[in-house]
Amino acid sequence: MKKILSLILAAVLSISLVACGNGANSASSSASASNEKVVKIGVFEPQTGENGGGGIQEVYGIRYANSIYNTINIGGEEYKVELFEVDNKSDKTEAVNAAQKLIAEKVAVVLGSYGSGVSIAAGEYFKESKTPAIGCSCTNPQVTNGNEYYFRTCFLDPFQGTVMASYAKNHGYNRVAVITQLGDDYSEGLGNFFVRACQNNGIEVVAQEKFQTNEQDFKAILTNIKNADPQFIFAPSSIATAPLILSQARELGIECQIGAGDTWENGTIVENAHGAAEGMVVTTFYEANPATAQGEEAVFLLGEGTNTSGFPDYLASIGQPKDVPAVSALGYDAYLAAYKAIEQAQSLDGAAIRDALAGLRYVGVTGDISFNSDGDANKNEAYVKEVENGKFVFKEKVSVN
Amino acid sequence: MNLFLQHALTGISVGGCYALIAIGYTLVYGILRLINFAHGDIFMVAGYFMIFSFSVLPFPIAILVTLVGTTILGILIEKFAYSPLRQAPRMSVMISAIGVSYLLQNLATYLFTALPKPYPAIPGLKKIINVGGISTSLVTLLTPIITIVLVLILMWLVNKTKIGMSMRAVSRDYEAASLMGIKLNKTISFTFAIGSLLAAIGSILYFTDRMTVFPYSGSLPGLKCFVAAVFGGIGSIPGALVGGFFIGICETIIKAIGLSTFSDAFTFIVLIIMLLIKPTGLFGEKNIDKV
Repeated sequence: MKKILSLILAAVLSISLVACGNGANSASSSASASNEKVVKIGVFEPQTGENGGGGIQEVYGIRYANSIYNTINIGGEEYKVELFEVDNKSDKTEAVNAAQKLIAEKVAVVLGSYGSGVSIAAGEYFKESKTPAIGCSCTNPQVTNGNEYYFRTCFLDPFQGTVMASYAKNHGYNRVAVITQLGDDYSEGLGNFFVRACQNNGIEVVAQEKFQTNEQDFKAILTNIKNADPQFIFAPSSIATAPLILSQARELGIECQIGAGDTWENGTIVENAHGAAEGMVVTTFYEANPATAQGEEAVFLLGEGTNTSGFPDYLASIGQPKDVPAVSALGYDAYLAAYKAIEQAQSLDGAAIRDALAGLRYVGVTGDISFNSDGDANKNEAYVKEVENGKFVFKEKVSVN
Repeated sequence: MNLFLQHALTGISVGGCYALIAIGYTLVYGILRLINFAHGDIFMVAGYFMIFSFSVLPFPIAILVTLVGTTILGILIEKFAYSPLRQAPRMSVMISAIGVSYLLQNLATYLFTALPKPYPAIPGLKKIINVGGISTSLVTLLTPIITIVLVLILMWLVNKTKIGMSMRAVSRDYEAASLMGIKLNKTISFTFAIGSLLAAIGSILYFTDRMTVFPYSGSLPGLKCFVAAVFGGIGSIPGALVGGFFIGICETIIKAIGLSTFSDAFTFIVLIIMLLIKPTGLFGEKNIDKV
């Protein structure tokens, strides 16, 4: 009797699992049942894990772009554009699984990912299957390096590192410290470029500390840094670690300014740090300015010429704060690049879309976008923001040639 | 000198938290000969209890709710996952414990998402104290003191009270103990209650200092504390205390000298070396198998 019972239980469990799996899939590809022709664009982003918070913001930008540009004309036929979202869980192994899922789904273009490490891990698979991929905010050079199928809409870490170093120089800092996350391509890469740029600018790097992924206790390395007495700490790392570093530093009596790269431009950091985020500085991709918005930016911010009222209202409608995250703007631009490339190629063939991307030139939300021979967007502007009274406040625009 | 004192303070504070969790492992092992793999996750769930109760209740009541809730969770886990297997081979119970661990982690991911949730700041605990160049928060100073006080109370409980006596009896030989009229289930439930209560207190101290909770935040501390318990001699309460402090302080020293890469590896090397040299741990009793 007991055996039969457990067999039935096992059967029920496995059936319910299968049912769940179907439910998840049908949500993203429901329309394919009808006779409509469909183009699938893959969204390769972390929605859980240490970068889940940033990844989802990028997805919002992509979803909004999809709601505006939802049909495409190829060879005289109307196609519906559908998003196929996978969660790479901020993990390099999961990223490969997620990438394979996208390839199996035969998506025309892949967008993402937030976090360079997962993009690098999946890049090879996209290249092999000739699926063009467009990164939104992954800034490590290796993402596109040697991979003719990977493009991106943001600037790179060497540039970002240089911007931070020149910020430090402009503020008269001569002694800086760097904290990076071991084995994280984004964090270590950016840290190294910052150190190099500092050395070129005659700024002394007095301490370089590293920590392990999922570390929660930074007091040991921060004590060392305090002892080295820097005037500025650069700590590019994930959203999850940021509040820990900030508040533990303040707790140990470190009073100097703390800065990081684009990932730290996130409201949850300010909230989780309970006030310790005051005065922190970040470089970022985009500064929303509805007053001067034109062209694509006006479409994005104000919903001009569409039946929506702009991305901030879209954010509000899904229960998010109305401030436009820079990565959402990049997600929007990446979607636009994919859309325009498919339109230009007039085909769903991976190689044709890739060639179209390579020659593409368009005006996106974050400015003029064209790709160089590596597939990187030609960008030379970054925005520096500081936290004042719990809000990110735009400070200066830095151009480096 | 300041540098050294600051590091020492950090190490002792981390060690205190580890010791509180390690005691949970040791108590359960002492009684049931079971390594309760779900213990680290009970610690994590206690973090979520605090977050949610703090958002609706004033903080003294929220703390109380967290402590009571975690204790009840510990008892329930024992009732549903371990006690039906009382007569089963020890391996089955261990696998059940691993199952509970994954259940708690995935349930937390499902219910609260994998995004780190901010841990509430308990008024006063994060107050920053500055003495002669050494700066620290109140909670860092309090952690080792609370740990030692709790261990003293626990030792008194185990050695001087009636329920303590039945705990010791059950750990010696539970069949004989139940023949002598000791209520086995009650004693075991009580042990789980204490272990979970200590994990809840440890969780408040640990997360107040680290401020974020996510579904996997219990797994690594859990493993380290298991090592601490083995190091001190699993089954021995003073052993867990010493082990916890040892692991915490060593970890801090290793990070401080710039070898962060090896800080986790070190913990597990300690485990291997200890098992090779003295498998019963520092204070462990030698187990004589009677035929």
